[in-house]
Amino acid sequence: MNGSAAATQGYGRAGRGLAALGRAGLSAGRAVTAGLEYLGGAGYLLFDAGMWLYRVLTRRARLSASVFAAQMVRVGVRSIPIIVLVQTFIGIILALQMAPTLRDYGSLDKTANIVAIAMFRELGPLLSAVVLSGFAGASIAAEIGAMVEAEEIKAMRAHALNPIRFLVVPRITATVVMLVGLTVVADVVGVLGGLGTAVLVLDIPRETYLHNTQIALTYRDFFTGLVKAGVFGGLISLIACYEGLNVRGGAEGVGRGTTATVVKSIVALIATDCVFTSVFYLFGL
Amino acid sequence: MTGDAPGAVISIRNVVKTFPDQQGRPVRVLDGVTLDVLAGETLIIMGGSGCGKSTLLNCLIGELVPDEGRILYRTRDCDEPRDITGLDETGMNELRKRFGILFQSGALFNSMTVAENVALPLAEHSYVDPAIIDIVVTMKLQQVRMLPHRDKMPAQLSGGQKKRAGLARATALDPEILFYDEPSAGLDPVTSAAIDELIMDLSRKLHVTSVVITHEMDSAFRIADRMVMLDRGRVLRIGPRSDFERLRDADPADLSSPDDRLIHQFLTGETTGPLTDADGLSEYEKQIIAG
Repeated sequence: MNGSAAATQGYGRAGRGLAALGRAGLSAGRAVTAGLEYLGGAGYLLFDAGMWLYRVLTRRARLSASVFAAQMVRVGVRSIPIIVLVQTFIGIILALQMAPTLRDYGSLDKTANIVAIAMFRELGPLLSAVVLSGFAGASIAAEIGAMVEAEEIKAMRAHALNPIRFLVVPRITATVVMLVGLTVVADVVGVLGGLGTAVLVLDIPRETYLHNTQIALTYRDFFTGLVKAGVFGGLISLIACYEGLNVRGGAEGVGRGTTATVVKSIVALIATDCVFTSVFYLFGL
Repeated sequence: MTGDAPGAVISIRNVVKTFPDQQGRPVRVLDGVTLDVLAGETLIIMGGSGCGKSTLLNCLIGELVPDEGRILYRTRDCDEPRDITGLDETGMNELRKRFGILFQSGALFNSMTVAENVALPLAEHSYVDPAIIDIVVTMKLQQVRMLPHRDKMPAQLSGGQKKRAGLARATALDPEILFYDEPSAGLDPVTSAAIDELIMDLSRKLHVTSVVITHEMDSAFRIADRMVMLDRGRVLRIGPRSDFERLRDADPADLSSPDDRLIHQFLTGETTGPLTDADGLSEYEKQIIAG
């Protein structure tokens, strides 16, 4: 191979490398743009829904209480059995997982403290939200997506009825309120799951378990959990409504929107929980 | 100076709407559309798939904002014509209360009964007593012969019943203008003829102006006062129904103008002519494929 050919080959490799770098940069740029577009769109939807909620609360816009009630039943009441089931299991798992280590340290009775703190501060709101994202979030996205496809949203606008007011505001409000309520239920059944395990399997006296739970918990634990639950409820319903309103492409599009709702909700929930926990840690809450 | 014709309820002036194609290049779906909709008439807007008629309807009802041009409405509640291309959402909503739309699928709200669907616009845009609303709903449903089905859910209705219920909802606020998006699509000939009769009946009784988007020619010739033929986003011909009947019944050999031959082919549904070539593709489709 002569020197000129080697140089050409070298330029060729360098060119291909630069082109690959350029393509990677371009696709990263596109991903960032799509992400920002999503955040902007969802942010605007939240703002719009907030403005309508303000108008409804100040009686400058009408919205029937039965619409809220219907959504609360659908989002919250129907989720109670599954939340109770899941959170009882979580309480049992937590107690069984912590028991061997605590027994080694001679602090088996502290199982109650760990279950209580973990349930009230973290697992009550987070896992209830995860369950709700699959249960209610997916259903909201599918329902609104099907309405988009059936031209119902277009018909609403054509009749001068705002779909944000009619569809988004009741769903976000109902999800926020009901997730806060469900978290209270989740906290209690989680602790009860731990109590059952402690009494029946770990031989911890019931009185000791309840006493330790009472000592371990503060109002702060309870309320920080509820604040998280409210924000999680807002996130799930916002993502579900946004995905539903942006459904395109028939039944396949509805399926895509539903799947995206569950995936994006779970990622958003865990990321937000991480931010919350860091902030609470920094401020000693 | 508004530029709208005397007696025009809607004046469309040089409306252009562009969408990107799959490669991101702009395609003019509406390419300078200009026409007037006269008070009390039934105007048929027709054309082949992709000619821009649905885009035009979406611009007329404020779903899409044209890139260029103006759409002026002259309604009874306002002395001056209103250009919807410059209206905000509040202004557009005020105008929307003056017109009704029958969507292709009926677009009934699936979570509500037929009666609740018709009552919703009344309940939202008026402050009348629920008992009065109920009387109006009964009248509207009677008008479209849907009273026996008032308590049914949309899923329990046939295609024709959904359209009739949609029509009752569209007329709930006594509109001045009614838009129909493919009112006969997906219906058997008898049901389609019944819907056409209903459209003519409502037009006579309510004195509304009707704009009908369709490519069902039997239906179009039954209900039209005037017709518009769109092709590649442009108005190819606008005129009274008799003009189009003459073109439909003419021998293609006697038609000297390419536009006339194209309209004749469209109206008769012949497979050969200016709209199609030997491959069965229109020039427009070939342009799109060729990029």
